[in-house]
Amino acid sequence: MSKSNGANGASGERMLRMMIVDDSNIIRRRIERSQQNARLQVVGSASNGREAVELFQKTNPDVVTMDLTMPEMDGIQCVERLVSLKPEIMILVVSALADKATAVEAIEKGANGFLCKPFSDRQLNDALAELLKEA
Amino acid sequence: MTTAAEIRTFVEGTTNYFEVSARQPASVGSPYLVTEGAPGVHEYTGIIGISGARKGMVYFTAPRAMLTVLLMRMNETDTSDENIKDLVGEVANTISGNARKDFGKDFVISTPTVVAHDPKLVNPPTHVRPFVIPINWRTHSAKLVVCLE
Repeated sequence: MSKSNGANGASGERMLRMMIVDDSNIIRRRIERSQQNARLQVVGSASNGREAVELFQKTNPDVVTMDLTMPEMDGIQCVERLVSLKPEIMILVVSALADKATAVEAIEKGANGFLCKPFSDRQLNDALAELLKEA
Repeated sequence: MTTAAEIRTFVEGTTNYFEVSARQPASVGSPYLVTEGAPGVHEYTGIIGISGARKGMVYFTAPRAMLTVLLMRMNETDTSDENIKDLVGEVANTISGNARKDFGKDFVISTPTVVAHDPKLVNPPTHVRPFVIPINWRTHSAKLVVCLE
């Protein structure tokens, strides 16, 4: 798989392609509308893990927001799959599952951050900024 | 059997949902046990099946007017029936998922099933007494129903 296009934003930092994965349309739209990081460009969204893998292969994102409870292929399985396809991918899990064990499992499978639903715009943007610190 | 502490978990989840998502707190009334029959439902109901260490269902039921305003508070301009159904399912999913903070990982939640306009399709288990958590938000009333073995 090819690397991202490497285009730079106004700050001179590399632009990053972002994919949103959630079975809720309103959450997908909310994340797209609310994210204000100048380095991120949303390249697509998917409503389950299977669709996410297909979209990943078409759009080659650098950053993914990932729900966990989804039909067809759940978020944990999808995290594992995406990490196997692109180990350097940055994944922010955005889920209502608030138990510590689930967050730990997601991180162990390769996610880089965890944001619990419900979330405010500020919490979303802070979580994305934290994720991009290493990018 | 659902304990008072477990009901408190759902009350806190409900309060938190409205505070964060709608940026406007809801008033949550005293939870009560329904001793006969099933609690009434509103126009839209989001149902989460519970399995694992506990079995049963949790559902959030609300009128369209309330869900429309809630969408607007979330800066969502598309208030179509599809998005209203999506929202009622997402509220049920979020409150149920948040409950795992106290119930743990073995409190397994399903993806939401949404029932609209047909209350007969909401069928909580008959052998378990449901707890109702009344929710008042702005001028609207809704309910969270917790029905766990």
